[in-house]
Amino acid sequence: MKTITVNGNEINWEKDINIDDLLKKMNYTFKMIVVKIDGNLIKKNEYKSTIVYAGADVKVIHLVSGG
Amino acid sequence: MNIYKNKYNVDQIKENHKIIAEFKYDIKKLSLGYSNKTLHINLGKSKISSKEVSQEMKDKFTGGRGFNLKLLWDAVNENTKWDSPENEIVIAAGPMSGITQYPGTGKSIVCGISPLTQAPVDSNVGGYFGPYLKFSGWDAIELQGISKKDVIVYINGDEGLIQIIEAPKEDVNSHLISEQMCDIFAENEMDMKSIATVSAGQGAENSFFGCLNFSFYDRRRKVARLKQAGRGGLGTLFRHKKVKAVVCKFSSLNFNNNEVDNLEMIKEVGKNYHRELYEEDDKQCDMRHVGTAHLVEIMDDYDLLPTHNYKFGSDSKTPKISSPIWREMFTQGIPDGCWYGCSMQCAKCVDGYVLRTGPYKGDTVSVDGPEYETAAAFGANMGIFDPHFIVEANFYCDTYAIDTISFGTTMAFIMECYENNIINKEITGGYDLSFGNGEEALNMLHLMASGVGFGKTIGLGIRRLKKLFVDKYNADANFLNDIGMECKGMEYSEYMTKESLAMQGGYGLALKGAQHDEAWLIFMDMVNNQIPTFEDKAEALHYFPMFRTWFGLQGLCKLPWNDVEPADNAETEEPAKVPSHVQNYVDIFNSITGRKIDKNEMILQSERVYNFQRVFNLRMGFGTRTSDKIPYRSAGPVTNEEYLSREDRYDKQLQEKWNWNPKGKSVDERKNKLRQFREDAYQQLCDAVYKRRGWDNNGVPTINKMKELKMDLPGVIEVLKKYGQ
Ligand code: SF4
Repeated sequence: MKTITVNGNEINWEKDINIDDLLKKMNYTFKMIVVKIDGNLIKKNEYKSTIVYAGADVKVIHLVSGG
Repeated sequence: MNIYKNKYNVDQIKENHKIIAEFKYDIKKLSLGYSNKTLHINLGKSKISSKEVSQEMKDKFTGGRGFNLKLLWDAVNENTKWDSPENEIVIAAGPMSGITQYPGTGKSIVCGISPLTQAPVDSNVGGYFGPYLKFSGWDAIELQGISKKDVIVYINGDEGLIQIIEAPKEDVNSHLISEQMCDIFAENEMDMKSIATVSAGQGAENSFFGCLNFSFYDRRRKVARLKQAGRGGLGTLFRHKKVKAVVCKFSSLNFNNNEVDNLEMIKEVGKNYHRELYEEDDKQCDMRHVGTAHLVEIMDDYDLLPTHNYKFGSDSKTPKISSPIWREMFTQGIPDGCWYGCSMQCAKCVDGYVLRTGPYKGDTVSVDGPEYETAAAFGANMGIFDPHFIVEANFYCDTYAIDTISFGTTMAFIMECYENNIINKEITGGYDLSFGNGEEALNMLHLMASGVGFGKTIGLGIRRLKKLFVDKYNADANFLNDIGMECKGMEYSEYMTKESLAMQGGYGLALKGAQHDEAWLIFMDMVNNQIPTFEDKAEALHYFPMFRTWFGLQGLCKLPWNDVEPADNAETEEPAKVPSHVQNYVDIFNSITGRKIDKNEMILQSERVYNFQRVFNLRMGFGTRTSDKIPYRSAGPVTNEEYLSREDRYDKQLQEKWNWNPKGKSVDERKNKLRQFREDAYQQLCDAVYKRRGWDNNGVPTINKMKELKMDLPGVIEVLKKYGQ
């Protein structure tokens, strides 16, 4: 089974999954986020077109709001 | 405009005024953000006097919360209790307060020895009072002593006049008295915006978590709006002193009352920020349309919304109280800033609301809020997913001056006690206080405000209730300590922290008690996994509390810092700190004061006051590791029901994080093992944070640390020596 890492947690990789779908899968609904794949910043308008490859290290940084 | 069935009679109120003390002063221009004087009112002796602000006071304490704590320290002694006459309410604005070119600059900060915690508490609040007080010539006001009769303190910043006025006929409840003060002290309708009132209603008289209402007159709605200094029972202290209102009149607001060093620079920084806000807010938090209530569904999505007394972090009924509902209920299209120039406009309002219960049933009113905390406390934590209940209870809490957070969290605790048969109908006076029972919750609120029945008992707050239930009804003390969500005597605000050790520390290690305004680290910790080690968490629990303390020193609102962010913030090295906004603050501070601080000096200013406050806690007999203990529910599942609701998560953690195999073990065994690991982790976190902050292993600041900060004042050293330093 191939995997990816999202914020340090290993999850199963799905073929052709893009960033937009990954955020939905993780239930990451907060809007103030920064997405990086292997350290490279993915802009918001690239979420749909960016396919997450097996073994990718994805960081979805939620910027501190709240409080 | 509010519409009342029984309108008060202004003439009759005025006729009964009697001036009992008067003080005249010369009105001087401010200098670089300071008025350089503070005002002292002794209510017991009816004396009014002024004090100079020294350069040393500014160097060590900066302003705002710093000034308050210094003045409070000088006023009290180690035996002072919250109801001792020498205890004070101190209100200050801070050198940056009152700037109209940048958002979020109208905050006041209030301090006193808290009825809830018996230690110093600080609470910040919007409305016009703080800036008006400063522009009237006073960097801070101290209210000391206890008046024999109900009084108003009137500060006329236009004429340089202060009066203590006997005030027998004013209403106590804040929506009325705030309006009455406008009617009495404003020249005409146009002048009502010049009146800012601090008040506390009847709920503050009859509970330990009374809040203070700070007003500002909303010309479009023609109502006196109310913002709350909510935490720590300062309203209770206010009414204990028999103050009905502190009123400040100031009508000469202009673009530079602070007499700053470099106005052009402030304008430039402000202009850029306003542009950024207009471009980004709709895409980010949507503060201008729903205020902080945008967080309800977000917290639910991340399992962080406390439901049923913090047992769980989400609920299928949350959509009933989430932001689309509030967007509909809030009046849109009217400027909603709680101080001039705040383009964030998050002080939302439900207008034309007809009250369904209580003494004002049938009146039509504007209701401030609900903000996130109130919606979460009343809706999710008490399990009453009904927006109308939330608005009704919000209105009454505000006008009665009952802190919505403490009320909601205490009611949630009561409801769990009721469902566990720790209390029953015999004890509650026949009321069914199960989760979800909005009607009875409102009954409790009205009873609390009137000081009768079980409602009054609830107003004791969780810490005192736990003792009462153990002493009187033989409740299991361990269970109550586990589920009673308070720390240092202050009820928790509305975030679930079970999965974020750093945020457990954010609450437990906060100086004043369980409020999230020092640090909000849940996303960094639990979701982003950015601060995995104890040292990482300790660094965050050093930087963010110090950074956020700075808002209180200056008279700033926290929200414009990070509830909207520049489009390119993501590309910066430390996006969580919002570096460009930090630089804005540094630039504005320097432009006001003519000083040349950088972002490191900013943290140093906070560290001085923060450590002083920790020592102040120690002086009052609190503030060691024992005081930082948290209820277990904030760290993990107390009951089997909670464990089973997130069984996979907990089992996985036992195996992967602690290498303990949960297979074949009973729920009790797994729950107890998890508890052992998590409680141990919290203590290790305390070790790391104390070390990072320069404190000893018992959480006591070292003398060296105080020397390094140049805060080795004789009184401070004396206290530290008693704690083995
Ligand atoms: S951001 Fe909201 S709470 Fe803060 S000053 Fe502006 S309107 Fe008031």
